[in-house]
Amino acid sequence: MILVWLMLILFVGGIAAWLSESRGSHIPRVIALFAILLDLALVVLMLVAPGVLGLADVGTEISHGHGEWLVLFQADWIPRFGISFIFGADGLSLLLIFLTVFLGMISLGAAWHEIKERSGFFYFNLLWTLAGVIGVFTALDLFLFFFFWEVMLIPMYFIIAIWGHENKEYAAMKFFIFTQVSGLLMLLSILVLVFLNYQATDLLSFSYFDLLGNGLSGEIGMLVMLGFFVAFATKLPTFPFHNWLPDAHSQAPTAGSVILAGILLKTGAYGLIRFTVPLFPDPSELFAPFAMGLGAFSILYTAKVAFAQTDIKRLIAYTSVSHMGFVLLGVYAWNAQALQGAVMTMLAHGFSAAALFMLAGGLQHRIHTRDMDKMGGFWGVAPKMSFMLLFFTVAAVGMPGLGNFIGEFLVLLGSFQASVTATAFAALGLVVAAVYSLIVIQKVLHGENENNYVFEDLTFIEMSCFSLMMIGLLWMGLYPQTMLDMAEPTLRSLGIAFP
Amino acid sequence: MSTDVLIDLLQIIMLTLTTVVVMLVAGFKREHGLVNVLTTAGLTACLMVFVFIDPILPLQATELLYFDEYSLFFSGLIIFGALAVSILAYPYFESHNDLNEEFYILLLTATLGAVVLACSTHFVSFFIGMEMLGISLYAMIAYPVHAEKSAKFPLEAAIKYLIMSGLASGLILFGIALIYALTGTMFFNDLTPAIEAQGVASSPVLLAGWIMIIAGIAFKLSLVPFHIWTPDVYEGAPVPVTAYLATVSKAAMLAVTLRLLLVSDAFQYDALMLVLTVMAAASILLGNFLALMQSNVKRLLAYSSIAHLGYLMIVIIAAASVPDILTVESMGFYVTAYFIMSLAGFAVTSALSNSGKELDMISDYQGLFWRNPWLAAVMITVLFSLAGIPLTAGFIGKFYVFTSGIEGSLWFLLTMLIIGSAIGLYYYLRIIYAMLQQPAKDLKKDPAAQAIPFGTHAVLASMTALIIYLGVYPMPMIEILQSIAAAF
Repeated sequence: MILVWLMLILFVGGIAAWLSESRGSHIPRVIALFAILLDLALVVLMLVAPGVLGLADVGTEISHGHGEWLVLFQADWIPRFGISFIFGADGLSLLLIFLTVFLGMISLGAAWHEIKERSGFFYFNLLWTLAGVIGVFTALDLFLFFFFWEVMLIPMYFIIAIWGHENKEYAAMKFFIFTQVSGLLMLLSILVLVFLNYQATDLLSFSYFDLLGNGLSGEIGMLVMLGFFVAFATKLPTFPFHNWLPDAHSQAPTAGSVILAGILLKTGAYGLIRFTVPLFPDPSELFAPFAMGLGAFSILYTAKVAFAQTDIKRLIAYTSVSHMGFVLLGVYAWNAQALQGAVMTMLAHGFSAAALFMLAGGLQHRIHTRDMDKMGGFWGVAPKMSFMLLFFTVAAVGMPGLGNFIGEFLVLLGSFQASVTATAFAALGLVVAAVYSLIVIQKVLHGENENNYVFEDLTFIEMSCFSLMMIGLLWMGLYPQTMLDMAEPTLRSLGIAFP
Repeated sequence: MSTDVLIDLLQIIMLTLTTVVVMLVAGFKREHGLVNVLTTAGLTACLMVFVFIDPILPLQATELLYFDEYSLFFSGLIIFGALAVSILAYPYFESHNDLNEEFYILLLTATLGAVVLACSTHFVSFFIGMEMLGISLYAMIAYPVHAEKSAKFPLEAAIKYLIMSGLASGLILFGIALIYALTGTMFFNDLTPAIEAQGVASSPVLLAGWIMIIAGIAFKLSLVPFHIWTPDVYEGAPVPVTAYLATVSKAAMLAVTLRLLLVSDAFQYDALMLVLTVMAAASILLGNFLALMQSNVKRLLAYSSIAHLGYLMIVIIAAASVPDILTVESMGFYVTAYFIMSLAGFAVTSALSNSGKELDMISDYQGLFWRNPWLAAVMITVLFSLAGIPLTAGFIGKFYVFTSGIEGSLWFLLTMLIIGSAIGLYYYLRIIYAMLQQPAKDLKKDPAAQAIPFGTHAVLASMTALIIYLGVYPMPMIEILQSIAAAF
């Protein structure tokens, strides 16, 4: 029930924020902050002291045939089709829920001073997106999962379409159509899977547990698997489905970019780990070399494209795609190190990309341009901001001691056992990453401030947000065992052998 | 005639009675408000009558009409739609300053025709119902033709509909004649035994008859390539009539078509299935593509209705190999969902318009979300529902189409469905995007400035609530549909 509460708080908070706008434009953000803090408190309690909430401890999980679950909630929804509400969380889900709520709080910080118009509706959308994402991370009924998959999309569309920048119509439309159409393919695949399972076992059910071990293989298994894969690869995103992302990111308001990069992309990776591979082990094994190749290609190709950008947000957007290539590589290598690395990359990239987008958004808010050719010499103007930009850029490159390094290193270590060629190419990505990152530093921070921009340095709120994310990345980099231990039971239950 | 029959006929009798009363009242005292109240009350009574009196089901009432849960469900839907249209028509025609009373008589006779269609298992009642509906509609479309500032081209629309619909009726009649010539029966149920008894199953004449009937039905349902009249008629007719045309007339036609096809087992003809498949695919693609080009909301909804009827055809084609229960369920759900969302969509257009001026261009909707959040919220719900996004009835409807299509292994049509939905998203989002923009500065043109009467609000609110309720918790509706499906 606690999982349902997490979502309900956000849903209700969103409606309250919208309604409260008439009483003053500053009230919605306070309500939103309150709702998110409440959620954060609950999530932290779940992580630290589950006993207080009457939950099982991480050590002693609820066993449900397959997999180990810390929390499980079940109720009928549409019995006609064997559809029910099944929410569950294990270590992996909890990590991602924490990421969601935490970055939700950060995005609130990004929006705090930026969103002045129609703030009620903005915070409504923000909270509903977060609720939808939590739904995606916890739904264990395929229909319910699809439901949340789409629900998180609509408020995000509104955020881009209303508060976006100059080319928002195009960007919002592209974002929506890409995700929706790939989602329809997934719906088709879900239904085919369910009906084939029904024919084989006479059990009409959308439950994840009933569908595991469906034994689908051959041509039809491959096609159904591909339906899932395309949906998740679009969201991840990976080449050739990444097209929507640079537009959506560059046009979205800062808070929107933070959520998109930090959280929404992770739903694609989560889907691959939780659904695509476990539901279709045989087709996935056949497909793995191709997926790993795609991941490696995606890393290099989008890194090169990133290098060519002058729009700072587009550049960061392409680097996101590049980093997500590592996740794809890690997932399809499907061994302990690679998967742990994929999970770490998801978390670390969530922090670093969110911070970078927030910095880019902050810059745009101050100087009204995203064109790096017009920037330069900002170290003298805004030293705090410049330090943060340097820190998070270096983190994204994969500096040892920070989270991203652990993630990418583990991915490469694991995938080396699966495919030497793909790993060799992917490793080149680290070199290219250094190149495109240094370009950002040089163009923005060094050189002459030709246009004589003078602007305010980071505010208190921004500083607090960045400091929190910094602590997070340092923790992940210096003591990753905390996260690795949480993800391990999930991966074990997926049949991964740990040394 | 036994009392059982009379009880089952109660809805039709009350509908007829209301028509007569309205006609008499209008004859003695011309007062728009009074006539509207009488019509609305009469339709409400028809809708409620079976809540208080249990009908005896199933029952063959006279040669022509057959009452079962299926017919009752669709009659209820039809009367519900007519009721909503009657409520919407009042503010629309109130500004008309002309003779408005006859409109309600036409509305009632059209509804009577539609109810007869829903109860029909005989070619004669099929034809009578269809014509009663059609002839009333010609006049309804052309109704504001005498108004000084009339809605765009009511006469043109009416004549187009008259000619096309007349042609379709002719085709259907010819088809019926051919089939009757071979089988000697007009009962849907007796067709298969008669065909077997006469040994004419492979006769080309029989097939020709079927194809003619299907072509005529396709005209009425505006399936490609028989869709040409649709956008012009939708645009030219006054909004309440467009709403009626898009919902009641389509639902009635679909109800009788599905029954005809299921009962008579017409699925055995490969040629017929091929024709249906081609029409479905063409409707989905062409409907969606042409909707992309529209800047008028009514025309856009017309093309989108062509596409939606194409989606529905997937259910009908799948019926060849899918259990009848699933077919009736899918069809019932999709029709209901489509019915409600179309009504809500036209209700929004209607709330923004009156007979003097219709605001139906996409640009008229710019900034509606900030000028009138309530109307815009309804419209956004409707558009998301039409696009098949979760949380709305349209999604469950699409889910059913997918289910039927997969059970019937119609991979080609399902691919078309996905492509069509993708294109559909684009034009639905265009309207939504326009509504989310900053309002135009020119406030004189502000369509939301017009006061919206309580009745319209009630229609809007109930439709929106239904769209979301059916989308979030469809189980009660599914149970109703399953009990209906038991009739087959």
